[in-house]
Amino acid sequence: MGRITLTDIDRAYGKIKILHNINLDVGDGEMLVLVGPSGCGKSTLLRLIAGLDRPTGGKIEIDGADVTEVSAARRGLAMVFQSYALYPHMSVRQNLAFGLENIRMPKAEIDARITEAARMLDIAPYLDRRPGQLSGGQKQRVAIGRAVVRNPTAFLLDEPLSNLDAELRISTRAELAALHKRLATTMIYVTHDQVEAMTLADRIVVMRSGRIEQVGRPLDLYNAPANLFVAGFIGAPRMNLLPAKVRSASGTQVHVEGPGGLSAAIAADGTALKPGDEATLGIRPHDIELSDGSKGSVEARVTLAEALGPETVVHATIAGDNRLVAVLKRQDVQTQGQPINLTLPPERMHLFDSTGLRIASR
Amino acid sequence: MSGVATFLTRRRGGRGWHWTDVVSWLWLAGGLVIMFGPAVWLLGSSFKTPAQLAEFPPTILPYVSQQATVEGHDKPLTLYRVKLPDGSTKVLAEVRRIGIVAQMVDPKAPNEIVKVNIANREPVREIGLATENYTEPFVHFDFLRYLRNSVFVTAMATLITLLTNSMAAFALSKYRFRGRDLTMLLIVGTLMVPLSVILVPLYSVVSAVGLLDSLWGVILPTVATPTGVFLLRQYMLTIPDELLDAARMDNASEWQIYWRIVLPLAAPALAVLAIFSVVWRWNDFLWPLVVLSRKELYTLQVGLNTYAGQLNVQWHYILAMTVVTMIPVVLVFVFLQRYITSGIAGTGLK
Repeated sequence: MGRITLTDIDRAYGKIKILHNINLDVGDGEMLVLVGPSGCGKSTLLRLIAGLDRPTGGKIEIDGADVTEVSAARRGLAMVFQSYALYPHMSVRQNLAFGLENIRMPKAEIDARITEAARMLDIAPYLDRRPGQLSGGQKQRVAIGRAVVRNPTAFLLDEPLSNLDAELRISTRAELAALHKRLATTMIYVTHDQVEAMTLADRIVVMRSGRIEQVGRPLDLYNAPANLFVAGFIGAPRMNLLPAKVRSASGTQVHVEGPGGLSAAIAADGTALKPGDEATLGIRPHDIELSDGSKGSVEARVTLAEALGPETVVHATIAGDNRLVAVLKRQDVQTQGQPINLTLPPERMHLFDSTGLRIASR
Repeated sequence: MSGVATFLTRRRGGRGWHWTDVVSWLWLAGGLVIMFGPAVWLLGSSFKTPAQLAEFPPTILPYVSQQATVEGHDKPLTLYRVKLPDGSTKVLAEVRRIGIVAQMVDPKAPNEIVKVNIANREPVREIGLATENYTEPFVHFDFLRYLRNSVFVTAMATLITLLTNSMAAFALSKYRFRGRDLTMLLIVGTLMVPLSVILVPLYSVVSAVGLLDSLWGVILPTVATPTGVFLLRQYMLTIPDELLDAARMDNASEWQIYWRIVLPLAAPALAVLAIFSVVWRWNDFLWPLVVLSRKELYTLQVGLNTYAGQLNVQWHYILAMTVVTMIPVVLVFVFLQRYITSGIAGTGLK
């Protein structure tokens, strides 16, 4: 079992509040990814769950038991640190055994667990080396191994891939996903990389400035971001955000006008928007299509076209200085300085009100 | 040999003598003389006889006068190189000396006494070692007892110093608590208080707790060193906190974190402190002199002092025993000096 429940968690350092009223429920066996820009409090939250730090308010429960005041060692969790935090003066074997020796586990059982973990993570050949003699990827696996041998209720991973090079990061990411599938243990994973979050998570928690912005399955976050921040954070390249004005609003539809003659009717249920209100239109670069200049398209000026082969990333401006990025599935795109006609399908648009909240459709 | 010559004449850019080459050569040569001169002189003088020590001008190397057995004289006679009135020089043996006139004989013609003004002669000498400076103290002086006391004091004091200072440094570097920086400041501040200022109060304290005239009275007041705490703390700051967090997640108690994680990782700094502590405690003179009054408790340095009487200082023994007492310290430096450079260089980083 590894159900972790956070209730009204606050953390302040002196007068500076790092976390505001965090409520979160992590299901047993779930891979939950905490994602957000640096300084958003996601690592602090992880340390609170780990017991390395104490909240200034709120309650942490593991499997229904209140562990808010329980020390890190007694929570039965294991953590993988960003710097791996392997003990440099111990061999890999001693690194793995350290936590088990501390709970006075019989030597035979320690050996059995280390052998099992070494086999699973492919680190058997370097069990007698020191961390200094290992490559980044090997250290990473040892760090995970040190967590695995503990057989914890849940794994806490603090940006475990950020010190690896790009290629290794992708393969290790896949290994982590496989490991999670095999162990079926709860994992809480902190990252600032939204691609990692999208690929690994069962659910993603998007955080900003100590607050949870949205919790949900990766595709839900992508398809229906709750607010402007989540919309901008999830998805690469970022969602295009254009200023717009409400022309008319009915119970089911909002008609907005954007720059460069952009006009769209967006489905929305029961909105408080009134004609004349400021709003923001969002559209993902992949949803933009090239048009032949017929009705409903907008004219843009290409500032940069990056041909990647299967697709071309077009940076353009519409109506002066409104920047727009479009990813077009073709290679024959106008080059720099040329005008281009783009279609922004209204059914793919997201509408946000002046406070940044999404106007829910459906 | 050519390698040494190349090394000594090594120059900037390898061609011609730039003025900086000359300056650095002189600077280094001067430094060598200043640093090594006293040590060499000490070593040389430790092999000199008392008479030669009193000689002026002094010599660097120890010499002994040559002697010869001359027919008709029971004891060996000292040989002198004499300048005779006719301008020639000859080696003669001294029979006796009256005022400024010495009666001398030619060892080859022992019956003919030659009278020589002592200004016209100088002793025939060769380099020779007065090894009795070293052997005598081992027989008459309680060298082994003093050595045992010194080793005990040095070893215990160093062990306790390492333990207590590293614990203080651990707390001051890895825990956050109110007044931490003030505590650190106070500890470092005590560096400004010399021993001579606290000698009397310290004596009262040691006397009150009954440690007077005991080796522990020498050891305990010296073990808490601000230098050690500072050195170790600065080094421990470089140990990442994530390691400690990892150990906490690994069920390690705070003691285990200190003992099994922080101490092994602070080994270079500990080695530096150990070297310092050995040198300090081994060379301590004033404090043991104050605390110890029974002769059988003397450390080497205090024991050496017994050669300096009120009227008469036995320099030859003092010098010889000083060389002996320097040996452990020199050995410590020879074998552990690489830790000193790496340890001290490492303490500045955070």
